[in-house]
Amino acid sequence: MTEILCRTKDLKITFPHRLGDFTAVHGFDMEVRRGEIVGLIGESGAGKSTIGNAIMGLLSHPGKVSGGRIDLEGENLIDLSDAAMARLRGRRIGMIFQDPMTSLNPLMTVGDQLAESIALLRDLPMSEARKMAADRLDGVGIPDAASRMGQYPHEFSGGMRQRVVIALAMAGDPDLLIADEPTTALDVSVQKQVLDLIRSICVERSLGVILVTHDMGVIAETADRVYVMRHGKLVETGPTAQVIHTPTEQYTQDLIAAIPSIERREDRFRNPAQKTGEIDQWLLQGHKDESSGDYVTASALTKDFATRKKSFWGKAGTFRAVDIPGLSIKRGEVLGLVGESGSGKSTLGRMMTGLVLPTSGNVRYDDHGPLADVRSRARRKALRRDVQVVFQDPYSSLNGRMRVDHILAEPIRFHGLAARSDIPRLVGALLERVGLPAAAGRKFPHQFSGGQRQRICIARALSVRPRFLLCDEPTSALDVSIQADMLALLMELRRSLGLTMLFVSHDLAVVRQVSDRVAVMKQGKIVECREAEALYDSPENDYTRMLLATAPRATGH
Amino acid sequence: MYFLLARLLQATVVMLCVALVGFLVFQFVGDPVLSLVGQETSVEDREALRESLGLNDPILVQYARYVVNALQGDFGISYSFNRDVSEMIADRLPATIELVMLSGVLSLILAIPAGIYTGIRRKGGVAQTIMALSVIGVSIPSFLLGILLILVFSVWLNWLPSFGRGDVVTVLGVRSSLFTWDGLSHALMPAAVLCLFQLGVILRLIRAEMLEVLRTDYIRFAWARGLPGQRIYFRHALKNTLVPVVTAIGLQLSSLFAFSIITERVFQWPGMGSLLLHAIGQSDIPLLAAYLIFVGLVFTISNLVVDAVYVLIDPRIRHGAH
Repeated sequence: MTEILCRTKDLKITFPHRLGDFTAVHGFDMEVRRGEIVGLIGESGAGKSTIGNAIMGLLSHPGKVSGGRIDLEGENLIDLSDAAMARLRGRRIGMIFQDPMTSLNPLMTVGDQLAESIALLRDLPMSEARKMAADRLDGVGIPDAASRMGQYPHEFSGGMRQRVVIALAMAGDPDLLIADEPTTALDVSVQKQVLDLIRSICVERSLGVILVTHDMGVIAETADRVYVMRHGKLVETGPTAQVIHTPTEQYTQDLIAAIPSIERREDRFRNPAQKTGEIDQWLLQGHKDESSGDYVTASALTKDFATRKKSFWGKAGTFRAVDIPGLSIKRGEVLGLVGESGSGKSTLGRMMTGLVLPTSGNVRYDDHGPLADVRSRARRKALRRDVQVVFQDPYSSLNGRMRVDHILAEPIRFHGLAARSDIPRLVGALLERVGLPAAAGRKFPHQFSGGQRQRICIARALSVRPRFLLCDEPTSALDVSIQADMLALLMELRRSLGLTMLFVSHDLAVVRQVSDRVAVMKQGKIVECREAEALYDSPENDYTRMLLATAPRATGH
Repeated sequence: MYFLLARLLQATVVMLCVALVGFLVFQFVGDPVLSLVGQETSVEDREALRESLGLNDPILVQYARYVVNALQGDFGISYSFNRDVSEMIADRLPATIELVMLSGVLSLILAIPAGIYTGIRRKGGVAQTIMALSVIGVSIPSFLLGILLILVFSVWLNWLPSFGRGDVVTVLGVRSSLFTWDGLSHALMPAAVLCLFQLGVILRLIRAEMLEVLRTDYIRFAWARGLPGQRIYFRHALKNTLVPVVTAIGLQLSSLFAFSIITERVFQWPGMGSLLLHAIGQSDIPLLAAYLIFVGLVFTISNLVVDAVYVLIDPRIRHGAH
């Protein structure tokens, strides 16, 4: 067994606050050896990133290490001066961050940034540093590296940028690499390539890697050993396979159980409806006996976005974001729409709800006729009452200056759906319907967690008694355990209220749990659209097969 | 390149609009013939004068003539001085330019380091003091500051002259008072007054932008890469603060050109500001219209320069990325 490269012992990290100190990490022990990838997993607030930042000596103000030690090959990093710590960064310890879009200075060429690091960390003259920088870019798999040196970060794709970030972090050949959610912002197919790259660098240079992530699938495919954290404490540790397949602690078991499987549709996301109280009767009011045909049909739908002109006299080009012959959703059906970023899935979802107007083609609603005919104020109002949206980010989709009960009451009042005196009672009932206490209405959005906010967003969508719900990545910003609750809630509401849903997501496993039918999008086109079970079990299209194959699986293979 | 060409085109349109306003001013102040001739001039003579001045031409033709003349530097004759307006502006402009240059350079030299410093050490005593002083700088009226300076440095200490522009010499074909000690001593106080306000604004802007940029991921990543602080602050952070800062500096400098009236008045500085005051007092329409166009030109040019600087700073604008 090789010697231990980095070890934390009884590490304690505190954020002093005038209302009492907040301890983010209490007494954490961890060991990293050369040539191994150690996974650090936990939900948001578990303190996993804080540990990475502490090892790096980059805790955000006012956090500080208040106890224990961090040893790097026998030297306690906590005793080091700021200047000595600064000398370690880049040379002994490297770090990569989550978002490759924002980790690079947008105003400097990639080559300059890399050469800068190399010249500085290795005391080389700039000319040699540039040569070496080109080699390094080549080494992380950037094609045509020498000519791409002169390009700026915005000219690289997400995956390529993360490769550049890795090259930068490795510029001083550190012994330890801390990767903080290195693939969370990337598409699955790219995610796999980046993880493979980290893996190969780790082996080639016998580098110790700490992989911080919330994603059990990433850990399962990459890490040798794993540390599970919760509320700043270590829950469980061991070899990855052992922790995933035979977890001993309840929390780990729950965490793993909460991960939706891409292999099968699980029953716990569709437990039978429990309560159909008075509020459900209200929610179902005003809906005529409905036919069983298609609720919404798109035909020959395209959407072009203008691109910049190439020259002064040239004409602006167009980029075809969506181009589909047709797509329909039956009444009461959940259609899943999956694809990687830039595939046009969100644009298509928005066109199906009338939020974005198509360039050509038509969207037709069974109850309202063609979207193009919905011109008058009254008809538009009626359509918007029936069609509602739940967005991805529950932090930015609620008005932070409005109380929650006002947020929910506003649409009811606007559409005149209840007498003024009934509204407070209805708002309370709506909140309870989505699993929040009725008294929650007196608070402001920032007083809630992400999951609770998403419940508020759902309640807001329900408050106008909609028939059709567009869910645009509704669980992507949430922790897995909360994600599972959210999916169960959506499925239960859908069954009780007979909602028609378009569920847009990049997460194939999540889509499998909720959808009756699934459409796979690639570069604005639908490559495959079939019954969910059939599509997942025997994909017909190569691209669908590739997506399914590259998706990380928490259970291993 | 496309970006700059488009901006140049826009600037031309803006200037044509400004010229239109300048031209329309004449249309609203009554018949120019009446003010040119005496009471006993006959109707026929008036008509002949009108014809010879081109006042019977369609309004668009008159406008085009005005623009063509303006392009050749001909803005007509000042009513009150009976001199060529462009000549008068040419007389006064250098004085204003040197005042603006001096105060602009002073404020940049002070604002950039102070802005960076207060952005990095925002809790320190020095930074807090600088911030408090900058509030005073922004809020104190320039006439009051001017009078105070005169009181202290001219009346009490007798170090600096209290009014006027000093000796003017020509160096390398540029006539300016800044090349002599006497001239510099005259310019120092008015420049300081103009500088102080801008200093406060630019400093606070740089500080706010620094705070913003220092929180970004690429700065955190730069620390993690092991770059030294100096390099991070000056090379990575400062450049990223520049786009809004350059915008503000451009607007500030152009408003100095146009509206340093009060300061020029307090120090009896023979620049554009005192010329404008005179023109307003005398209802000197040709002078006012020319001044209007001049101010428009200054703002347009400074905006063009700002746009060009954007392109130099930010490659995303160059490549038309979002």
